[in-house]
Amino acid sequence: MTEKLKVGFLLLGGCAGCEMAVVDLSEKLVDALAHLEVVFWAPTVADVKYNDLEAMEDNFIDVAFIDGMIRLDEHIHMAKVMRKKAKTLIAFGVCAALGGTAGMSSLHTKEELFSKAFKNTPTTDNPDGIYPQAHCLVDGKYNLTLPTYEDKVRTLNQIVDVDYYIGGCPPHHGHVAVAIGALVSRQLPPKGSWITNGKAVCDVCKRNPTRNGFSGRVMVDKVLRMVDGVPDEHICLLQQGYICFGPITQGDCGGSCLTVNTPCRGCGGPIPGNEDYGAQALSSIASILDNEDTTAMLMEKYSNLAKFFYRYALPSGTLPRKM
Amino acid sequence: MSFSPNIVGFACQWCTYAGADLAGNLRCKYPPTVKLIKVPCSGRVKPEYILEALAQGADGVLVGGCHFGDCHYKDGNHKTKNRMDLLKKLIEDMGFDPRRFRLEWISGAEGQKFAQVITEFTEELIALGPNPLKGGKE
Ligand code: SF4
Ligand code: SF4
Ligand code: SF4
Ligand code: FES
Repeated sequence: MTEKLKVGFLLLGGCAGCEMAVVDLSEKLVDALAHLEVVFWAPTVADVKYNDLEAMEDNFIDVAFIDGMIRLDEHIHMAKVMRKKAKTLIAFGVCAALGGTAGMSSLHTKEELFSKAFKNTPTTDNPDGIYPQAHCLVDGKYNLTLPTYEDKVRTLNQIVDVDYYIGGCPPHHGHVAVAIGALVSRQLPPKGSWITNGKAVCDVCKRNPTRNGFSGRVMVDKVLRMVDGVPDEHICLLQQGYICFGPITQGDCGGSCLTVNTPCRGCGGPIPGNEDYGAQALSSIASILDNEDTTAMLMEKYSNLAKFFYRYALPSGTLPRKM
Repeated sequence: MSFSPNIVGFACQWCTYAGADLAGNLRCKYPPTVKLIKVPCSGRVKPEYILEALAQGADGVLVGGCHFGDCHYKDGNHKTKNRMDLLKKLIEDMGFDPRRFRLEWISGAEGQKFAQVITEFTEELIALGPNPLKGGKE
């Protein structure tokens, strides 16, 4: 029997949903464990500490999965440690790959974010308005520390070299199974690629107009938000005026959102050949807006286009990445 | 030395590019601040190009196309208008000054207008100062 592949999981600035997608493999995970040995999984699943990772020899881990974005000095440090310890590093899920929804927080000041999180939410009781501090001396002798907060959200590849990307928020467990299969059989695309079936969400969507006998070009003559009505469950959302990013998003989820009557917002990541998700989303949607009034309607309905077009990808954008 | 802005201009070959030529032939005076890139149609200018130019430190970006009704590909400039209206708002919503980006319709007969647009844009950019991303903050 060939040696088991040593794998590690590390959660940085994320919600651990990506790791739930691994657990959701259920029996498939049990089968895969015949070929995999989990040597590190923190801070969520295994009883290991950061020190244990630091103590490993370099390149000890065959394949490391990192989920979550980068916002703390601790994330930067641990990403670098994991890079050293892993032969292959995967940005697992859209947070690690493109910044994720938390990436939108870069559009706000630290004060806006902290006052919301630590003062103004209805469930918060903080009359003295105390914020977390990087350093705190307790009883004049215990110097306690917390990680420090960076000026903006970064993607994993802005900190270390990344070998592969897997999209999704979280990645669909069916796609995780395919990815793990590819790892175990060592049939991987060229380094730097996304692990994907290469199809757009529209390709796997049952509403695709070409599947329903429509051959013209879909044009959007009005813009609706989900609060404006209930879309017909069988017709392409774009044809009904609900903006959907299916045409430019990798469909490894199998078009999940469309099966629950919700437009795609791009968590699967950009279809190959496109570097800037938001710019591509803007471009393709703009080219099917019927006229200037429709464009104006879109801008009126969606008050912040950065949050709209870059819902999962802001930190990876050409301009935001430099700002 | 006073600040002389660096403008990247994407000019449709059928109109604005010819307009720039005419401005030269007419010996119109305008500041030497623009570097023109000839494109087949303003509809060919991807938002990525504009974002990339700004990210790399261009002080301003100009897109010049044919007036409505004059586009050689019929509705290329209508697509440009939709795209650029959205892009300008996107740039602003990302927290970047949208005045650094302009869309203008300048025909091949409007040499004067070309010179005037460049002069005005240059003045506006001088007032704004250099692109804060110049020098690259990663
Ligand atoms: S990609 Fe989604 S599921 Fe994964 S960590 Fe980020 S927010 Fe959570
Ligand atoms: S645009 Fe959306 S609804 Fe229409 S086919 Fe594509 S994924 Fe399906
Ligand atoms: S349809 Fe789009 S937003 Fe929904 S899960 Fe798939 S890629 Fe993500
Ligand atoms: S040909 Fe000039 S804008 Fe299309």
